[in-house]
Amino acid sequence: MTATLTATPTTALPPASGAPPDEDGATIDLKAELAELGVEAVLAALDGELVGLAPVKTRIREIAALLLVERARRKLGLLSPPPTLHMSFTGNPGTGKTTVAMRMADILHRLGFVRRGQVICVTRDDLVGQYIGHTAPKTKEVLKKAMGGVLFIDEAYYLYRPENERDYGQEAIEILLQVMENQREDLVVIMAGYGERMERFFASNPGFRSRIAHHIDFPDYREGELLAIAEILLDGQSYRFSPDAREAFVRYVGVRMTQPHFANARSIRNALDRARLRQANRLVAGSGPVSADMLMTIEAEDVLASRVFAQAARP
Amino acid sequence: MRLTQGCFSFLPDLTDQQIRAQVQYAIDRGWAVNIEFTDDPHPRNTYWEMWGLPVFDVRDAAAVMMDLDACRKVYGNRYIRVSAFDASAGWESLRLSFIVTRPAHEPGFSLRRDEGPGRVVRYSTHSYAAERPEGERYAGA
Repeated sequence: MTATLTATPTTALPPASGAPPDEDGATIDLKAELAELGVEAVLAALDGELVGLAPVKTRIREIAALLLVERARRKLGLLSPPPTLHMSFTGNPGTGKTTVAMRMADILHRLGFVRRGQVICVTRDDLVGQYIGHTAPKTKEVLKKAMGGVLFIDEAYYLYRPENERDYGQEAIEILLQVMENQREDLVVIMAGYGERMERFFASNPGFRSRIAHHIDFPDYREGELLAIAEILLDGQSYRFSPDAREAFVRYVGVRMTQPHFANARSIRNALDRARLRQANRLVAGSGPVSADMLMTIEAEDVLASRVFAQAARP
Repeated sequence: MRLTQGCFSFLPDLTDQQIRAQVQYAIDRGWAVNIEFTDDPHPRNTYWEMWGLPVFDVRDAAAVMMDLDACRKVYGNRYIRVSAFDASAGWESLRLSFIVTRPAHEPGFSLRRDEGPGRVVRYSTHSYAAERPEGERYAGA
């Protein structure tokens, strides 16, 4: 640290032997640093396993880059206050907010910005108590568990219930805000929730908006991305579509997207689960022995039996 | 008179950073860390009041430091110690205990001699501080 403080123009001469090595000529290879920390592997996994979400990935890369630069600066003795890392993830159901939050903890841990790297997932129930005086200890307990890691608050907007002015959620919010501000280097808070509800939540709690540095919006998936997700999901469960079934599923996705209560990747997962159910039923009802290939393949009829098509056909 | 008991008692008072390192050591070994306080400095006063429950299920010392700061806000003019309990079979006892906060002024102890029959003398120690009622002993601090 003293090296930079003494780095006045007079030290432009080559440093005398025995001078600290991190004099103004010192360099840090960011690429090597990135590789050494294994962040690149996490980011690559993020790219490979999560389909779409381009703005989210860009933002995460930016955050990772900032943290890397911050690390390099610290190594060279350039002092700056620790960056605020609290985040808010907004987006429609099934857009991958929770999945990304888990990855985020890993990235932050590898870069050394959280010391332990555990993720504590909580919802309103875990923070807000049932009677007077119950909330503060409960919230503090959760915060203590999350110290050194990431606190992920799912459906964060439930914390604030404007319709009940004596709601204990407000107490939890106050404690959260205080810790988020005073112990920035001890824990990172990530809040997640559906877009407009979070918007209302932030509007009624302006303290939160200003304390959260990164507001990341998760876009809805496009049709092609949903198909890619389906493929990845099936592959993970050792299933596959027959060519006909794939075609049927493309139609299924197209129809399902226009219907109400569409929850992106979650709807896709549910659709696949139901297709597996029908496949199992078909195999059990059929006669003759089954091969591994039959056990793995989902046929067009498994997909086409969905009532999504029936509903779409109705005028 | 500076009260000494527990670990590190002949070292200068630990800084917050040193306390944090010790607490992290305890947490890493799976010991439950407690925060206790008292205003009766007598050496035989073993059971101090606890500040909340032992800090279970935490991964980082920051959680304990948060509790310690809260305790100091209320009882900063008393003795506060941090202890770590090892619940593993065979130990089931305290593994570490040290004073983290002490009153600004520690008046010390008097030695009393009670003369018994014959040449018998019984000795006892009394804290000057404990002559005042509980809660007012270190009020000047």
